[in-house]
Amino acid sequence: MNSFFNRKYIIQGIFIFVALVLLAKLFYIQVIDNQYKLSADNNVLRKLIIYPARGVILDRHEKVLVQNEPVYDLMVIPGQVQPMDTLEFCNLIHISKKEFDKSLRKAKHYSLFRASLFQKQLSAKTYAAFQEKLFEYPGFYVQNRSVRYYPDSCAAQFLGYIGEVNDIEIEKYGGFYSQGDYIGKTGIEKSYEDLLRGQRGVRNIMVDVHNREKGSFFDGKFDTTAVAGDRLISSLDKKLQIFGEALMANKIGSIVAIEPSTGEILASVSSPTYDPNLMVGRQRGNNYMKLLENPYKPMFIRPIQAEYPPGSIFKVINALVAQQLGLINANTYFNCPGGYHYGARGFMACTHVHGNINLAQSIQESCNTYFGNTFHKMIDQNNGLRPVNAYTKWRDAVIKFGIGSTLGIDLPAERNGFLPVANYYTKIFHSDKWTSSFNISLSIGQGEVEITPLQMANVMAIVANRGYYFKPHLIQAIGDKKVIKKEYTEKHYVGIDQPYFDPVIEGMSRVVNAPNGTAYYSKINDIEICGKTGTVQNPHGDNHSVFVAFAPRENPKIAIAVVVENAGYGATWSAPIASLMIEEYLKDSISRPQYYIDRILNANLLPGQKKPLIKPVEKKKDKGTDQKTALLITNNKGIKKGNE
Amino acid sequence: MNNQNRSFFFNVDWLTIILFLCLLTIGWLNINAAVYQDGPSLINFSSNSGKQLLFIIVAISTGIVILLLDSRFFFTFSPIFYGITMLLLMVVLLVGRNVGGNQAWIPIGSFRLQPSEFAKWATALLLARHLSVMNTKLSDLKTLIPTLAILGFPVLLIILQPDVGSALVFTSLIFVLYREGLSPYYLVAGLMMILLFIFTLLYTKFYVIIGLVILLAALIYLFRKNRKLIFVFISGFILSLLFVFSVDFVYRNILKPHQKIRIDLILGIVKDPRGAGYNVNQSKIAIGSGGLWGKGYLQGTQTKFNFVPEQSTDFIFCTVGEEWGFAGSFVVIALYLILLLRIIHLAERQRSSFSRVYGYAVACIIFCHFFVNIGMTIGLMPVIGIPLPFVSYGGSSLVSFTILLFILVKLDSNRMGIV
Repeated sequence: MNSFFNRKYIIQGIFIFVALVLLAKLFYIQVIDNQYKLSADNNVLRKLIIYPARGVILDRHEKVLVQNEPVYDLMVIPGQVQPMDTLEFCNLIHISKKEFDKSLRKAKHYSLFRASLFQKQLSAKTYAAFQEKLFEYPGFYVQNRSVRYYPDSCAAQFLGYIGEVNDIEIEKYGGFYSQGDYIGKTGIEKSYEDLLRGQRGVRNIMVDVHNREKGSFFDGKFDTTAVAGDRLISSLDKKLQIFGEALMANKIGSIVAIEPSTGEILASVSSPTYDPNLMVGRQRGNNYMKLLENPYKPMFIRPIQAEYPPGSIFKVINALVAQQLGLINANTYFNCPGGYHYGARGFMACTHVHGNINLAQSIQESCNTYFGNTFHKMIDQNNGLRPVNAYTKWRDAVIKFGIGSTLGIDLPAERNGFLPVANYYTKIFHSDKWTSSFNISLSIGQGEVEITPLQMANVMAIVANRGYYFKPHLIQAIGDKKVIKKEYTEKHYVGIDQPYFDPVIEGMSRVVNAPNGTAYYSKINDIEICGKTGTVQNPHGDNHSVFVAFAPRENPKIAIAVVVENAGYGATWSAPIASLMIEEYLKDSISRPQYYIDRILNANLLPGQKKPLIKPVEKKKDKGTDQKTALLITNNKGIKKGNE
Repeated sequence: MNNQNRSFFFNVDWLTIILFLCLLTIGWLNINAAVYQDGPSLINFSSNSGKQLLFIIVAISTGIVILLLDSRFFFTFSPIFYGITMLLLMVVLLVGRNVGGNQAWIPIGSFRLQPSEFAKWATALLLARHLSVMNTKLSDLKTLIPTLAILGFPVLLIILQPDVGSALVFTSLIFVLYREGLSPYYLVAGLMMILLFIFTLLYTKFYVIIGLVILLAALIYLFRKNRKLIFVFISGFILSLLFVFSVDFVYRNILKPHQKIRIDLILGIVKDPRGAGYNVNQSKIAIGSGGLWGKGYLQGTQTKFNFVPEQSTDFIFCTVGEEWGFAGSFVVIALYLILLLRIIHLAERQRSSFSRVYGYAVACIIFCHFFVNIGMTIGLMPVIGIPLPFVSYGGSSLVSFTILLFILVKLDSNRMGIV
């Protein structure tokens, strides 16, 4: 014992104080602050995403339209990169030193310890050479991925393309996707994204400080396996599609071919098109920009997005509706003095002086006068209805054909087309006392009405079926079980009784098969095509050439619509194209002489090009309408058809 | 004979022994966890945990031998122990093996001897002897100067290695001197130095000096009637100024970059979790991820997968924190605190001042290790490589801590006798 005994308490106090400080700090970092737990998981846990193979898309004969091709994404964990032979590395993966530095800087900026994409989509060939040297570059590794590959480069706009998800999509799908994932951006890739993408698998592995794998986390309890995406069988006929794209080369426009008995789309050509393989791979961005800048807008999906006044093909609908409403019948005759007079001074010219003609003839010869009269009856003399109400009645009947609203094809961004409601005219007229003379052009498919090529083809499917249609669709079976979406198996009746189709179909048959039909040039010897030409006035330039048809007349197998923009008469370009498509589909071969096909294949009808003339041989051979057609083509600027 | 044995064992302080054994067990379990890599390897003498088992056996045997020795042996031979360890400290500078920048080990076969560990108890013994022999007064320079020499010589040799951590441990003996009558001013001065050191590095000299001036003015005003105190304050102020300038100078011109950065990190001057701060950051992650109850024995991912460096030795507490959570950390800290308080209790009940001084020295050395080591793993202290007593892997430290403690236990068991 000595006098400093009390100092014991000071020393003990210091010891206790220090122990409490340590405990307090421990309590804080162990119990209160969560950041260390997260950091610990980040340290050891690596979530390896196992990307499933995206579903392939086949055509109706199960030939491949889209498949997957392996590529190799080069990943980097910057923190583990050691000093290395950068030059050799760059040569191996074919990049410049500048790109190398840029990529590495970007990766470092993201994280030193997390993997980021260093160079995407090395080809199998590059990877093979690089693989042997990979071990020399710690911090780099390769992640397998697959990209889309289109063996025949066809149907680009319908198959669509995939691309990396953007922030909006990530948010929209609530965390399903993460940065760098691929998602369908357009076409089938987009509309069937949830089926095609499959299910990603996750492997949770633990790694040590050197990022060496140390086994699975909790024995794989939280792991999931990847499930490959569903295989889709498209209704497209690849051969027909390729043929159609070839026919439409150097032309702007669309072909839509539908199987009437199912609503399956056999071919859907949007021209100009592009090679879908351009939208894959490292050059994707550049190619995309080029496509966007192309004045002919190859990214525009014309069959479902281009809206045109239908022109004369609309007469088919008017003929059917007028019959159903009891206003005309097969034996109704109107006199055609070469045009239709309406209102005080209005005159809608016709192509010819047809004299007294009946319904079938009026379709065959596309008589404007006949339909002017029909429309006048429909609107102004419809069982005592006021014209504005009669118009609504007419419109209700017409929209049942799928006009004026989307048909519900399994593609994104389908357009409605347009068919004005009665009020639309009332507003313009400033009163509801207007009569058919105010919108008489609707009688021949001009004026305000607008229809997409898909809707045109669907109208043909309705006529082919004599009164009903299935929603047109591009995918006929999903997955191994070949499921078909229920909405595509339902018949939609258009409210026209079957007998009324007979005179219309008779007229359409004569359009092609009668020597004085407007599309006689497109006749095929042993297939009875029923069709209707249309020449659509285009305020912005040359008329659009339109032709719709179905074939054969009994048990139709194909309904088709062809639009060639700025190409003039329907009979000149669209009808032969449709006819070739029909023959190709039904007979698998073309009976017409090669020059017939070549004329179309080689024609360049892009705006600004000189219009080709029809060769004299053809002129001589074809009579009647075709002679006229040929004549008209040479000076088509001078003659106007239709109303105004 | 039988009777003598009985009294001998009854006199041993069993609480200390049990605490000692608990810490040994905790240490060994955690070393095993730290080196554990899937698949059992409990008794494998090539692994750290296997070796540690050998060290534990050696340490306990050494402890028993010490208990069997005569108490007077330590008093008598303390100068010789001191001399031998000082010699070893010099030898190590010449022939020592350089590990991690410190020339601190003498290789003997497959093991390495770390003389600085033994220097601790040798110094403690000589210090105790010195302070107990003459009827000392530490306020007297005649006593103080030899005392400081006894402490300073090993510190100097160890700094030359350079092992700042071990050298720092000797400064903790200031508490012993305080208990034995050193003026509390020295403690205050010590605290002041630490604070000034931190502030000088954290802020600029300018602000520190302004702060000191304000403090001085306040103190003079408060104690304006006590001339003696005012004189003390003024001299303290001048010394503080000198200290501030010298800290600045030492920091800028003498400290090595790795030492500087460790200090910078702890003071938060630089944040570099991937570079120099990696150890501490990973250590905090490991401990912090343990949560309240820990991840379970052998389940610690951070330590198992080597995210924490030096995890068997200096950072062994990470394994405790990660696998046993706050509960485990609490138990370990409680064990140390009880041990430390018990040692002070033992020291105070000694009749001889030799035993008492030695007891305090033991407490201070263990305390310093305990505080600095655990403080380092949770970022309260700079990274100073000193082991956690009885727990960290390492033969030299385990055996020397055992000797350190068991000499006290032996002295205590014989406290009724006269030394």
